[in-house]
Amino acid sequence: MIKARLRKQLWSTEGEMDLNVELSIEKGTFVTLYGPSGAGKTSILRMLAGLLPPDSGKIEVEGQTWFDSGQKTSLAPQKRKLGFLFQDYALFPNMTVRQNLEFALSKGQKSTIIEELLEVMQLTAMADRKPELLSGGQKQRVALARALVPQPGVLLLDEPLSALDGDMRSRLQGFILEAHQRFHLTTILVSHDVGEILKLSDHMLTLFEGKIIKSGKPAEIFSNHEVSGKFQFTGEILDITQQDFIFVISVLIGRNLIKVVADESDTRNLNIGDKVLVASKAFNPIIQKL
Amino acid sequence: MIDWSPLILTFKLALITTLILLCISIPLAHWLAGSKSRIKPVIETLVSMPLVLPPTVLGFYLLIAFSPANGFGQWLDQALGLRLVFSFEGLVLASVIYSLPFMVHPIQSGLANLPDSLKEASYLLGKSRWTTLWKVLLPNIKPALLTGIVLSFAHTIGEFGVVLMIGGNIPGQTKVASITIYDEVEALNYGAANTYSLVLFAITFLILLTVYLVNGRYLKQFWK
Repeated sequence: MIKARLRKQLWSTEGEMDLNVELSIEKGTFVTLYGPSGAGKTSILRMLAGLLPPDSGKIEVEGQTWFDSGQKTSLAPQKRKLGFLFQDYALFPNMTVRQNLEFALSKGQKSTIIEELLEVMQLTAMADRKPELLSGGQKQRVALARALVPQPGVLLLDEPLSALDGDMRSRLQGFILEAHQRFHLTTILVSHDVGEILKLSDHMLTLFEGKIIKSGKPAEIFSNHEVSGKFQFTGEILDITQQDFIFVISVLIGRNLIKVVADESDTRNLNIGDKVLVASKAFNPIIQKL
Repeated sequence: MIDWSPLILTFKLALITTLILLCISIPLAHWLAGSKSRIKPVIETLVSMPLVLPPTVLGFYLLIAFSPANGFGQWLDQALGLRLVFSFEGLVLASVIYSLPFMVHPIQSGLANLPDSLKEASYLLGKSRWTTLWKVLLPNIKPALLTGIVLSFAHTIGEFGVVLMIGGNIPGQTKVASITIYDEVEALNYGAANTYSLVLFAITFLILLTVYLVNGRYLKQFWK
């Protein structure tokens, strides 16, 4: 169980912002922080990790106090048992894959976990390579394996897949989910990718300008409870064009470009770049084996 | 045949100075690269002063400070038995101060150029600041370390003003090569001056060339 009350004055590109959130996360859940850039998602992760001091508040994990501004206590990042995945992987360039993992061993810890993690993350073949010779996806797998060596109870993921392309993302999501289940982690992910959130998380929190504005199951939040469509997907509007009397809206869903016909009233409050739900009711889909 | 002792003394001085500088500069540069302290600009200024200050100014104040005729120098002399004026120890201390920016600056910028996430990742894996510096940060700024070592070494060899002020001209003690060259020229002994100069010229050229070869990775193609 993670309980946190965090307050911090942040300076973003849009000026000053007052981050003020309260989190309560059950042990073993997979939670995503979602929201526009600059909403404070990364700052929350960094405060939980002890890399950024909150102005005031309290962090309690499994009954242990990590931070309390009232009593002026703050546990050093070294002592908070958590794994952290950085956007830039943060692998140590001077060490091979195996050495990166071995560095993470705590004093007196058996090294058998290293072989297990290399195996699980499918890194055994490249264990003796330096990080510079790995692809982005392989690097993030090494980083994930390394974060798991000290056997943390909490895993924090700061947009870990944002630098990867579609195929790699989807494979890495599989690895993250496997790690989450296998090691009974409480995982907090920062992500912009709707598909990723739906696939991975049990619960999501939407942040806007430093406040949590929505909290719930991802599918419910993204679908707004209003539609009972049999088929529904979320995507992003890439283009809106007028053809005679109708409008054609191009929506990117996953890696597919879908064209949807709409009339003028539908398009009025839609803009390019909007996240939308595309649903279809009362039709019979055809299923074919590939 | 020329007297080799000034050259030997010069390299002994440069070597000791470089070793001491390395020990001082790593923690200092680490602090400067990561600190947001209010006194940081003051420390940075002090470290950089020898770059712009005439060496004679530095030498003059050191001479005054260490002179047994004054309070501090007297205390050093009586309490520690250390006389830093016109002695090799004094030369070492003056050289350390004089070459400090040449060691601190490369290491500091090397550390500052590493992404913060490396340090943070190491802390979150439970590693102390010291382990992180030693095992993660320093191994990844080897070119900067090499640059710092070589520049301080070469700069100490080329020192003249400070040495003249605080060291004087005692053979085997404080008479380094640069001073000897000046001496020989004053005595119109151009042949000897030329020999010393040529040796210094060749050695500094070789040292700097090695740095550029190593840091430019020209040598890597031959190692394989």
